[in-house]
Amino acid sequence: MVEHRPLTAFLTHLVLILGVIAIALPVWITFVASTHDELRMNQAPLPLWPGEYFLENMKQTLFGSGLSGTESAPVWLMLLNSLAMALMISTGKIAISLLSAFAIVYFKFPFRMGFFWMIFITLMLPVEVRILPTFEVVANLGMLNSYWGLSIPLIASATATFMFRQVFLTVPDELLESARIDGAGPLRFFFDILLPLSRTNIAALFVILFIFGWNQYLWPLLITTDTSMTTIVMSIKQMLEAAEQSPQWNIIMTTALLAMIPPVFVVIAMQKLFVQGLTETDK
Amino acid sequence: MLKRVHFPTSALPYLLVAPQILITLVFFIWPASQAMYQSFLIEDAFGLGTEFVWFENFQILATDHHYLASFQRTAVFSVLVAALSMGFALILAGFAQRVVRGAMFYRTMLIWPYAVAPVLAGALWVFMFNPTLGIFPYFLEFAGITWNHYLNGTQAMALVILAAAWKQVAYNFLFYLAAMQSIPNSVIEAAAIDGAGPARRFWTIIFPLISPTTFFLLVINMVYAFFETFGIIHAVTQGGPGTSTTILVYKVFNDGFVGLDLGGSAAQSVVLMVLVIAMTVVQFRFVERKVAY
Repeated sequence: MVEHRPLTAFLTHLVLILGVIAIALPVWITFVASTHDELRMNQAPLPLWPGEYFLENMKQTLFGSGLSGTESAPVWLMLLNSLAMALMISTGKIAISLLSAFAIVYFKFPFRMGFFWMIFITLMLPVEVRILPTFEVVANLGMLNSYWGLSIPLIASATATFMFRQVFLTVPDELLESARIDGAGPLRFFFDILLPLSRTNIAALFVILFIFGWNQYLWPLLITTDTSMTTIVMSIKQMLEAAEQSPQWNIIMTTALLAMIPPVFVVIAMQKLFVQGLTETDK
Repeated sequence: MLKRVHFPTSALPYLLVAPQILITLVFFIWPASQAMYQSFLIEDAFGLGTEFVWFENFQILATDHHYLASFQRTAVFSVLVAALSMGFALILAGFAQRVVRGAMFYRTMLIWPYAVAPVLAGALWVFMFNPTLGIFPYFLEFAGITWNHYLNGTQAMALVILAAAWKQVAYNFLFYLAAMQSIPNSVIEAAAIDGAGPARRFWTIIFPLISPTTFFLLVINMVYAFFETFGIIHAVTQGGPGTSTTILVYKVFNDGFVGLDLGGSAAQSVVLMVLVIAMTVVQFRFVERKVAY
């Protein structure tokens, strides 16, 4: 701050605290809803202060049979499905992008630029604009209701490839020269020099991609019909529909809370990597 | 692009790019070309045969007032989402960048909604605005406003805009804050010596200097509002009441998977692809400019 004016300083903190409250309000109300019993959650006005049923709601949500009158997988299974999907998407994206960026930066071979453009095009084809035909391809390959179907169609990534290309281009040429003098082949150079050098970039990208994978909605919604493959994020929609008949808001909001805790925790716990990953991939 | 020092040609680079290229071909290029091909076909009413009709699907779209209305609605939706979330983020970043003590705390507390899935953001807001139980309708009643987004199209639109903007504030805040922190202190100090107060410094120095970021965020927010808000719409309104919140991406899904109008849905997909390509090109041209600057 350039000047010291107590009044402006006070105003600054006031605005920021109001902003923080406005941003946190929806989640606070969700949290409060997860700490009351069903009876209380059906009386207007709804409470704004936590009650005593948090652990009970958690237990019923995680291990119970979901909402009464609906058929669904237990929530702990959905959490596992989401975790598996998020990990497969993020590690898959990182692995194939590292390899293709390595090939494009360190090798001269016919069709190099052709491959590069082919990868670039994926940037322009989000799932939402090609849903029907992609669904048909996955159905024909027999990948409906499987972890492969959930993850593989989403793991081609132009942004990750671009980012690693950028990172590799900043690696000094002398490293490769000396590695070659010492007799290292391409794979040896990749595993012993390039990978350790891009460690933090990989970690930063992993944070972003984990959130991306965990939050997938439309794609899992289309290709899973088997309730045992439901992910936690898509289950919320089914619960909201069921809420019109049996409004068990305490359970619905506990599920919503459980669905957002893992990615939010990742952002807060790995904030530095998260910020790095976000600013690197989108540039 | 290529390293000055590189490995000799062999089969290895092909093996290295193979997984990525294979997935791109099978799940991106092939489906996209299928969408393009299908957009030239019309299926008869019983699904027995298809006819190649060139651009008739597009002509139907161009004269379909439902589609044109959806286009207009998407424009209003995305402009309002971008304006709301960017405006809010700009104000917060403007104040946060002045803070020394507690800066980390504020940043943490303002960026975490980035991690909330759009459909969850929708669920949170639909719960707060539930017409019979929600907190906000209860208080709005005192102001003489009856809230029911299941019946009132304008209110439904307002709700999805709020939910979509809420989730995006975190992202915009982070980029605005980074842009403001990269402005050299000497510029700000020089203005202060010349007698400019905090508000004047913000509008005459900081805001013009971060205009590249504003433009970048505008494109990103438009893409977000066009495509990633599907979950919010699906959870909150399902495009209704009527079609008052059916934005383009929801219409593609609805016409294709619910209405089973394959040709029409494919034609809409192609229109959306053209829109994404246009936005990506704009974004990349801008990135090149920023590197020069």
